[in-house]
Amino acid sequence: MNTIAAPSRKRSIGTARRKAATWIWKYRYLHALALPCMLYFLIFKYLPMYGIVIAFKDYKGMGGFEGIVHSDWAGMKNFNLFFHSIYFWRLLRNTLVLSLYLLIFAFPAPIILALLINEARGRWFKKVVQSISYMPHFLSWVVCAGLVLQLLTPTGGPVNALMELMGKEPVAFTSDPAYFRLILVVTNIWKEVGWGTIIYLAAMASIDPELYEAAAMDGARKWQKMFYITLPGIKEIVAIMLILGMGDILDGHFEQVFNLYSPAVYDVADNFDTYVYRQGLVEAKFAYSSAVGLFKSAVALALVVLANRAAKRLGSDGLW
Amino acid sequence: MKQTLGEKLFDACNTIMLILVCLVMLYPVLFVFGRSVMTDLDRAAHPFAIWPTAWDISGYKYVFSSGSYIVNAYAITILRTIAGTFCNMLFTAALAFVLSNRDYPLRGAFTMLIAFTMWFGGGLIPMFLLVKSLGLYNHFAVLILPGLISAWNMLILRNFFMQIPQGVIESAKMDGASELVIFLRIILPLSTAALATISLFYAVGHWNSWFDAMIYVNDRDLWPVQVFLREIIHNTNLNDMIRSDAVVEVNPPAQSVIMATIVVTTLPILCVYPFLQRYFVKGITVGSIKG
Repeated sequence: MNTIAAPSRKRSIGTARRKAATWIWKYRYLHALALPCMLYFLIFKYLPMYGIVIAFKDYKGMGGFEGIVHSDWAGMKNFNLFFHSIYFWRLLRNTLVLSLYLLIFAFPAPIILALLINEARGRWFKKVVQSISYMPHFLSWVVCAGLVLQLLTPTGGPVNALMELMGKEPVAFTSDPAYFRLILVVTNIWKEVGWGTIIYLAAMASIDPELYEAAAMDGARKWQKMFYITLPGIKEIVAIMLILGMGDILDGHFEQVFNLYSPAVYDVADNFDTYVYRQGLVEAKFAYSSAVGLFKSAVALALVVLANRAAKRLGSDGLW
Repeated sequence: MKQTLGEKLFDACNTIMLILVCLVMLYPVLFVFGRSVMTDLDRAAHPFAIWPTAWDISGYKYVFSSGSYIVNAYAITILRTIAGTFCNMLFTAALAFVLSNRDYPLRGAFTMLIAFTMWFGGGLIPMFLLVKSLGLYNHFAVLILPGLISAWNMLILRNFFMQIPQGVIESAKMDGASELVIFLRIILPLSTAALATISLFYAVGHWNSWFDAMIYVNDRDLWPVQVFLREIIHNTNLNDMIRSDAVVEVNPPAQSVIMATIVVTTLPILCVYPFLQRYFVKGITVGSIKG
């Protein structure tokens, strides 16, 4: 790099070239630091993006990445195959239903917990509660799935033992389509509710304490302060989180679903991400599954852009 | 100020609710930890118990038996966490420094190119074919290279760097310091807290990572613990964990082995997270402020 950048004094070099050379030389250290990093993005981020063309090709399953270039064009064949299969509606339905459930139940959970923690008495107690509630966030979904399966197993699991105490039949929860979405929602809340409070607690901490003092002077009760000062104080951040969450509505929560599901519940659990994995890496239908993946990520990108625009309209800085 | 009865009741309810939340958070973990040292009989007799009446550590003996992959898998996990985090930080810090230079002419273009990768990517299959073509399949480097720089972490670090007063940098430039010297002698020493935060993001990510090893590695000698745990949870086949040529006299109860593996995988992170969490919280709250 430095040898190219060395400024040449030869007269034959034009001014434009000399300018370029001095420009390169002037920032030589920064260029040198940036070069390997940008190479990383080129190879591991932009090359795969080029590889998306496989979705429009008739890839025969051999030849690795170069094989994508050499295989014949197939037009929209892979997409048509997907849109006309039973899977399209099933995957769309499962993805949207799970997102909707999470929006209704998992989205408000950290707001409520943050309100409770904010009202907690005693700094030490508050700290301990926060630390404990953050704990599941540091576990992988593999571990969490292991815990969940142990709790829900019909043979000796505590949940089924509890049901038995109440005089109910044992249920094989994780392989019962009727319960699977409930399990996803509950485990999602368990793992991320504590972590989700951080942003709301930060917003609550920045509310002007004079507001609370003035309210106390006027004889406001605790719950009144909560409803009329704390909640309005975090209104904007809630709105922004909600709108940004809308951008993720197609997110399949792959790690969670993949570690908890089984063929018995595919009908309610399968989504774009898990389907792409199975079709692509298990059954080696590379071109077809790439078409499914591209459809999902293109729509998801559009949703993120829309959500970001909406968040900006609300006065947030947005994501970019 | 004197509390009214209603306020006392409010506080009491709130405290009870928070204690309940803590119990719900802790129970599943304590459940598996306690029952990993129980016998099958004990587990069946006391379905809610988290403390054994009779200790049985056969699960752990099996997990750490001579033919078990777990010790090797642990080494892989530790190695990828240390080497991976080091490489992550080397490249992330370098790039963050370049992009924190307000007068670097390519700053805008590079930032755009990088930020775009946060919202759109090639997807699973092109990445998989690329890894194969690069010869990274079944290679230790595949656990580090594809995730070398996280755009998100890099931008957080860049925001930290940009908060360093320009005056310090300007005066160093006046004294003839090159960008490299400024980076190594001024920026890095002034941002140790930020560097620690981002390293921890990466390190926990490496420790918990399983998907990359699952799809890019089929050589069991290169599997990290998370992948073995996944395998044993889903197949409940204890032999998955033991080398085929190893001799095992008596197989312990499957549940003991599964739970012991969960404990072994989880214990280190549970021991360190209370000390790490404040860095994480800092990273989150700073990351939400856009630069």
